Amino acid sequence: MTTVEQAHDDHPAEPAHDDHAHDDHPTEKKYWIIALILAVITAVEVALSYIDLGDAVAPLLLIGMVMKFFIVASYFMHLKFDSRVTRRLFISGLALAVTCYLAMFMMFRQFGPREDRQDINLIETGVPQR
Amino acid sequence: MAAVAVEHGADEAEHNAEASGHAHPPTNTGISNDKVAMWAFLGSECLLFGALISTFFLYRSRAPLGTVKPHDVYDIPFTSVSSFILLMSSLTMVLALSAFNRADSRRAMVWLSATALLGATFLGGQIYEFTVFIREGMTMKTNPASSSFYVLTGFHGTHVGIGVLILLALVILIAKGRLTPERAETVEIAGLYWHFVDVVWVVVFTVVYLLPL
Repeated sequence: MTTVEQAHDDHPAEPAHDDHAHDDHPTEKKYWIIALILAVITAVEVALSYIDLGDAVAPLLLIGMVMKFFIVASYFMHLKFDSRVTRRLFISGLALAVTCYLAMFMMFRQFGPREDRQDINLIETGVPQR
Repeated sequence: MAAVAVEHGADEAEHNAEASGHAHPPTNTGISNDKVAMWAFLGSECLLFGALISTFFLYRSRAPLGTVKPHDVYDIPFTSVSSFILLMSSLTMVLALSAFNRADSRRAMVWLSATALLGATFLGGQIYEFTVFIREGMTMKTNPASSSFYVLTGFHGTHVGIGVLILLALVILIAKGRLTPERAETVEIAGLYWHFVDVVWVVVFTVVYLLPL
């Protein structure tokens, strides 16, 4: 018998209704509060899209988006309380995607001066300028 | 040294098995293979949706003059309500799992049905939005911006549709007594999928609808 099997035999998995042996899992009240926070962030995002804050709008919207993403992943998907294995599986996919597509954006000069952006040039003419 | 590592691994597996709180055959990690598979699937879905979102981002202005771009036809208040509905469906999903973990099958069915209903409402909103956009002259073939918009939101809508079917199947299984709280992990895994669909929409809503050109 392997050590792992021994460990399981010594501590058999408990029935599902004991899931709240997970003491650090949020309570239902906390879930409602989290949902309220998500709703408020969404409302602020929508309001921001109507307010003319110039170049500050995009970073603020992205911050709101990242906050909502991690709140849902951490609390509703229980990533914060789950095992390291599941966390690594998800984070590695996410990190790979973010790295890959950031590289693609850089290739298309999305972070450079506005006039250098190929997609902006295309608005005027419908054909690439560079 | 190796013995310490094995012992540490066993401790972690034991912790994971206890933390999951569900009965499943022993695994090296202490987490069921189904759950690991779902997380791996969701990790790979990040790449799929990352590709679709990036493509839209690069193509969002690629429209010859005189053609309708997505940003010309958006109805932000309407889509904001849809987004709110989908966000709240994540709340009902987590409440369903919480109820099922407490062996309260009836309440779990109510919350699962509510989640499916909210998901279906979101889908209905998306179909309505598409018909309005098409009536205003933005079809799949109008320009690269519209194509990438429909492909991205269509893929997401398909995921929502699959999620609604899974939720309805769970409600039927629980009602027939074929899914008991001892197998609550099935609901948890379906919940992971549903929350992921929600989390993708969080990104889509900001990047596609709210970010200025």
